[in-house]
Amino acid sequence: MTLLSLASVTASYGASQALFGVDLDIREGEVVALLGRNGMGKTTTVKAICRMIPASGSMQFAGQDLMLLPSHRAARLGIGLVPEGRRCFRDLTVAENLICAARPGEWGQAEVETLFPRLAERRGQRAATLSGGEQQMLAIGRALMTNPRLLILDEATEGLAPVIRQEIWAAVARLKSASGLALLVIDKTLKELKAVADRAVVLERGRTVWTGPIAELTPDLSTRYVGV
Amino acid sequence: MSREAQVNLAVVVALVLLPLAAHLMGESYWVTLATRAAVLALAGVGLNIALGQGGLVSLGHAVFFGIGGYSMGILAYHAQTYTPLIESFGLPGTNLMPVIWLVAAISAALAALLIGALSLRTTGVYFIMITLAFGQMFYFFALSWPTYGGEDGLSIYVRNRFPGVNTLAPIQFYGIVIAVLLLALLLSHRLARSPFGLALAAARQVPARVAAVGLDPQRLKLVAFVLSAAVTGLAGALFADLNRFVSPTMFSWHTSGEIMVFVIIGGVGRLMGPVVGAMVFVLLEHLLGGISEYWQIAFGVLLLLIVLFARGGLIGLVAGREKAHG
Repeated sequence: MTLLSLASVTASYGASQALFGVDLDIREGEVVALLGRNGMGKTTTVKAICRMIPASGSMQFAGQDLMLLPSHRAARLGIGLVPEGRRCFRDLTVAENLICAARPGEWGQAEVETLFPRLAERRGQRAATLSGGEQQMLAIGRALMTNPRLLILDEATEGLAPVIRQEIWAAVARLKSASGLALLVIDKTLKELKAVADRAVVLERGRTVWTGPIAELTPDLSTRYVGV
Repeated sequence: MSREAQVNLAVVVALVLLPLAAHLMGESYWVTLATRAAVLALAGVGLNIALGQGGLVSLGHAVFFGIGGYSMGILAYHAQTYTPLIESFGLPGTNLMPVIWLVAAISAALAALLIGALSLRTTGVYFIMITLAFGQMFYFFALSWPTYGGEDGLSIYVRNRFPGVNTLAPIQFYGIVIAVLLLALLLSHRLARSPFGLALAAARQVPARVAAVGLDPQRLKLVAFVLSAAVTGLAGALFADLNRFVSPTMFSWHTSGEIMVFVIIGGVGRLMGPVVGAMVFVLLEHLLGGISEYWQIAFGVLLLLIVLFARGGLIGLVAGREKAHG
């Protein structure tokens, strides 16, 4: 069953148009990689889905029209976002970051701490004092605490040490196998994406230019569209 | 126990013991001064919910202080003159404090709901200006309301009643005020650590990110504004009872400014910040007010020093940076 469906979505930052026609479908439990070079509209697409910027076209989530909803209502429908740059609540502790986002469902503080044991060790520590990797884990945990049906990871491994990136990818793999959660993942590391994603959607200049099983993304195509 | 918790405990002990000692030494004037400080502290605790926890710089909190004061004044006036509050319903006034407090808190909360719903559409300097404008509207309304004294204000000849307490005895009235203040501090403390309080703190830091986890930052701030107003309204009722007098001055921007200034001096967002700030304010008013009517120049210098060198206020200066409380 289709969970998220975008058709001919356009969006602008003031007078500057960033999306010219994005088409994207995600089914329940599916992992989709959103690919494209820098500046092609990946993060803008995420912001449009999360209703953080005005957009036009058609966006449906679980049969509801996203276009009519403010940002917090879209999140309440079940869209969890791990934003680029983590954006944890810096003055709150790890536990407080999790508690303030909590909504009823299978994901609670204990489940998040099982996924990321480091967060249990840092429970009483301010988010601002965590390392980049720990902040990323906290950002994922906070999004999971909202018990989303779709989790969006925007550059979740960017700027992290290789060992931390492995931990994040292992957690993403566990999320895929252990729950019916759908994932929309933006990342530059194609190798890891291919290991977890079912399909890929490629953007170029604000338009969807390729969609298909990620296994069919040939080296030619990935060099042409993604640059790797 | 953290250093701030130790400081807080010391402040509570001082609040309870010092006026008691003054009473035992027959210094009832100092008990009344302490009562004034405790009532102003209560108003500051209210403002601190909006300002410290919600980041809402309201220059209109005198509206809620004044509404609380006039709630007390109007109810007590009708009770003492044996005239109905609302003629057609024959609804009487009352001089029972708990009823007056309830009316004061609810009236202030309702006003805050209206003012907040309009003013929270804006942020920054516009929010400050709108709250200030509402304050002035209420001030001029009270000035031109002859039924309840207009610019002369309204005197209440006998302090209101509280079951089982002689409210005319300064130390007993102080006991009531301090009990209400401690309850408000407990509420503020619990609120800051509740999921609501944490979400409010997050909304203060990154509103867009709060929306991304399904919380409406506007609604969080509105609820904080309403709770804050209810506490400040309650303080207004007690302030009017302390002075047995209400006047439009309670609504003035000067009152809003004073409450904000002593919250800043004590420590914005710190639990005991408003209490310490109010104590310093009343003490300086007493000690320097007798020397010069321009005593607030010295208060201004203190504010300047605090803002420049002690961002956590006096509490921050003594207890250091606020600790995480996970």
